[in-house]
Amino acid sequence: MTNIPEELSYTKSHEWVSVNDETAVIGITDHAQSELTDIVYVELPEVGRTLLRGEQCAVVESVKTASDIYAPIEGEVVAVNKDLEAAPEKVNEDPYKTGWFFKIKLSGEPDLSGLLNSSSYSSEIEGV
Amino acid sequence: MSELKRTPLFPSHEALNARCVDFGGWEMPVQYDGVVAEHQAVRKSAGVFDISHMGEIMVGGAHAVAFLELTLTNRASTLAVGDAQYSLMCNEQGGVIDDLYVYRIAQEVFLLIVNASQIDDDFSELKRLVVEFEKDRTVNVVNESDDLAAIAVQGPNVNLFIDDVFSLKGLINVDKPTDLTKNQIDVFIFEGMNVYVANTGYTGEAGFELVAPRDVITQLWDRVLDLGKDNGIQPAGLGARDTLRMEMGYPLYGHELNNTVTPLEAGLGYFVDLERPFQGQSKLSSQKNNGLKRKNLGFVMTSKSPPPREGYSVYIGGKQVGTVSSGTQSPSLGKGIGMAFIDMPHALIGKEVEIQIRGRYYPAVLSKKPLYKKYD
Repeated sequence: MTNIPEELSYTKSHEWVSVNDETAVIGITDHAQSELTDIVYVELPEVGRTLLRGEQCAVVESVKTASDIYAPIEGEVVAVNKDLEAAPEKVNEDPYKTGWFFKIKLSGEPDLSGLLNSSSYSSEIEGV
Repeated sequence: MSELKRTPLFPSHEALNARCVDFGGWEMPVQYDGVVAEHQAVRKSAGVFDISHMGEIMVGGAHAVAFLELTLTNRASTLAVGDAQYSLMCNEQGGVIDDLYVYRIAQEVFLLIVNASQIDDDFSELKRLVVEFEKDRTVNVVNESDDLAAIAVQGPNVNLFIDDVFSLKGLINVDKPTDLTKNQIDVFIFEGMNVYVANTGYTGEAGFELVAPRDVITQLWDRVLDLGKDNGIQPAGLGARDTLRMEMGYPLYGHELNNTVTPLEAGLGYFVDLERPFQGQSKLSSQKNNGLKRKNLGFVMTSKSPPPREGYSVYIGGKQVGTVSSGTQSPSLGKGIGMAFIDMPHALIGKEVEIQIRGRYYPAVLSKKPLYKKYD
């Protein structure tokens, strides 16, 4: 069964966002990791880079293919998950915790419009 | 877009929750549990693949040998009944129409197993050549691809159970499948039908390819899975088939081979006998005499990098010297591997190169195939 935590926000392109005050943590969903399977490489954005919403900013590679990751929310990258360099399989094992991708400092008030809540995301991936 | 074709095993793949993709017009399982798990099952125990999409073409008749000698790069005349060889069919320019396996199943009958995507091209080319060839000579070419299905059972544990699939002796040479030597084929009875069992495969592991009438393939698949279950067998998809063949440096049509690449450029000179005429031979001979302009070699990434992929450029000292034809993260080696066409004079084993991936350069070394050796 796909795990879709209620407290997170989601995109149709299968990223999750956790917003806390002025920062947001971003990763890919359980559904995404299960579709990709066998993640062998994650390329993360440079710390300090400013991302626009919807901008391609990371790449996740499985044995079969490379998939682009898009910024679900606008802001500056302040941290990346360096553990994924040596252990990209963390994304498969625990996509919402140790498998996080990067953290951004929001430019202003968090703009969550256009993001999905857990039940909308759940219907989005149903039957996929 | 035309409807995708399905093999008779499609319902079995659905029941196993396989993820299916379009492969050369066929809706085929790319994976069941995961590419790496299936890859490791084949390397360590056993895996079974549906290869029913591949084509089967029979070439028979009093002059079948002479016909194949003029048509294929390798020498069918050297095969005894029950033996097989890898071979290629070229166009007049020496480009590869297909790579295939030739099995001599009777004195005057050969079974050709060809790539799914090339069945139509192969068959029409063979028919065209038959018309040229026949005058006072007899050869028949029959496309049996729609009637025959096939599975590949591969891995070190396969020998522990494959003999139990059949209860009667082989009809050509041997008593049981495990008596078959590499590249040998025999016919065994299964559910009253003739099944070709060949000691061949595309994984680098011990194992067999079983070609059967489509009506019994599901029973055969189920029987292999049942007999193999105590020996760690898993159904394996095209994803694992691809990583397994890349570790061995085996070419895949559409990647290392196409109608503008010659067998010599692909590094398959071993399977080309230039000492007699065949279609494309004069071009290949002059290419050999004049020297190749490029050659396909294996490579291994030498530092942490994203997996190399088809189409990436290969550089030496800031100058592009080649293009990746296939690449992946090797599950057995835990590093990026691939094959690439490298311009002469750079195509040398041991040469250090860089692969450009999303604008960055990652070091790799040109390497001898196979890229993975089980017993080093």
